[in-house]
Amino acid sequence: MDPKSIPSNAPEHCPGTESDLAGKSDACAGCANQDVCASGAPKAPDPSIPLITSRMSTVKHKILVLSGKGGVGKSTFTSQLAWAFAADEDLQTVHASSSGWSPVYVQDNLGVMSVGFMLPSSKDAVMWRGPKKNGLISQFLKDVDWGDLDYLLVDTPPGTSDEHLTVVQYLKDSGIDGAVLITTPQEVALQDVRREIDFCRKVGIKIIGLVENMSGFVCPNCKTESQIFKPSTGGGKRLAEDTNIEFLGSVPLDPRIGKSADYGISFLDEYPDSPATQAYLDIIDRIKEIVDKS
Amino acid sequence: MSTPAQESAVTRRLQSVKHIILVLSGKGGVGKSSVTAQLALSLYASSPTARVGVLDVDLTGPSIPRMFGVDDQGVHQSTSGWVPVYADGAGARLACMSVGFLLKKKGDSVVWRGPKKNGMIRQFLSDVRWGDLDYLVIDTPPGTSDEHLSLMEHLAGMHERLSAVIVTTPQAVALMDVMKCLSFTRAVNLPVLGLVENMSGYACPCCGVVHNVFSTGGGEEMAKKEEIGFLGSLPVDTELVSLLDGGPTSQTEFALLEAYKKTPSAKLFENIVTGVVEKLT
Repeated sequence: MDPKSIPSNAPEHCPGTESDLAGKSDACAGCANQDVCASGAPKAPDPSIPLITSRMSTVKHKILVLSGKGGVGKSTFTSQLAWAFAADEDLQTVHASSSGWSPVYVQDNLGVMSVGFMLPSSKDAVMWRGPKKNGLISQFLKDVDWGDLDYLLVDTPPGTSDEHLTVVQYLKDSGIDGAVLITTPQEVALQDVRREIDFCRKVGIKIIGLVENMSGFVCPNCKTESQIFKPSTGGGKRLAEDTNIEFLGSVPLDPRIGKSADYGISFLDEYPDSPATQAYLDIIDRIKEIVDKS
Repeated sequence: MSTPAQESAVTRRLQSVKHIILVLSGKGGVGKSSVTAQLALSLYASSPTARVGVLDVDLTGPSIPRMFGVDDQGVHQSTSGWVPVYADGAGARLACMSVGFLLKKKGDSVVWRGPKKNGMIRQFLSDVRWGDLDYLVIDTPPGTSDEHLSLMEHLAGMHERLSAVIVTTPQAVALMDVMKCLSFTRAVNLPVLGLVENMSGYACPCCGVVHNVFSTGGGEEMAKKEEIGFLGSLPVDTELVSLLDGGPTSQTEFALLEAYKKTPSAKLFENIVTGVVEKLT
């Protein structure tokens, strides 16, 4: 079983899904994957890449938010990071024109784009396989009228699959500043982060650093801190040291963070006195410093 | 996409499996894998002869090996297919299969697009020597995409044995994703056994006051509104977190199960399993 480019169910002489002959060689006849390979969907170069690159030319910094595991706080972190960047008033401008889809503006210098805006109702499931997801991602990058941006933050689903490969592939020419990895302290999450680090190194994405989320819970009643997700193997800090990446900091669990996300407000503005806010701000400052230097 | 010959390979292989339960959630990190593990352990303990299989189709983030304390093991090839890893050792009543067992190094990433994931899932269903099973519990990645569609496609021939348990946490963001997950089960006509609300409250170990870290009660309300069964809620259980996070354990005594029985969650989960078994029979 070659993990590189030959599917496990492929016929004997499979040319590999990344090859020019994918789906077209004689061996492909009768293979279950033939249609997908022949359609060229998983292959680069994609004709939309130059269009994306030109659209992205007015975006200064592109940052990916990644994590191997789900539910560790990628979206929460992405939104807080966005709120914090947007709080700097002289950053970002809105470019009003009618070339393409317009992002939804949460405030006048913070635009958001998501498949959620395109569903008839929030209940609808998006049951898509890879190629369709890739198509939408390309549209998000190429057809959304992003205008002049200082930062484009890309929130991703957990794992290392279609969405991640596609984003990286499409943005490679425009230049990705790097990836912020999010984890929680327990080993089950760290295992997945190791895989994500391996992914970043394989595809050549710079890792800005690692954030440990949900590390410790301060009881509002007795003020004692306890560990909900015990760092049985040293947590994010140890992982960062072992893998030689920067540890950006840890954010304690504050139930108000989740509430803020539920109501769509900026936690940092609402609860400036929470220890989590301080942790967030320190991390955000550091990210800004790293990104602006590069 | 698959030819009839391949379909029957899956059907043939799973002929001796009585019930197939998919553990689903819209959102990530709500505890699918930990609910899968608990469901498997509880079903295993429900009868001295119960045979349970656990299949991890979270291909890019497999957690099942770690949770069952078998992440140091590998899968062996035999003439009749891959031999799963038995979490109970010689007892051979709790079979686990995961991409995690196939990786050379634990930190290796599995960077696969849809078609490859589809192929792997078919192999897991058709090429693993599952043997006679009372229950096959399938842990899935979050969402409703390739893995889920592939499962439904390959298991189409066994549709009458399929059902799903949906896991959520109580906050609004997670519940919104549950709705998407429900729409999926309705679209593919998959019967839902019920909803489990996980991380519903956390008791401070110091003063004992219960905090609703991720809010509470949302799951039960939603289950009522959507007319699906509510199987129960599970508070955050740090003992369970440490146990499932702990790494390799002794399999001769099946130490994991003994330790699990002592956690507060095990007691609560008994009711959930009763609910699941009732619906299945």
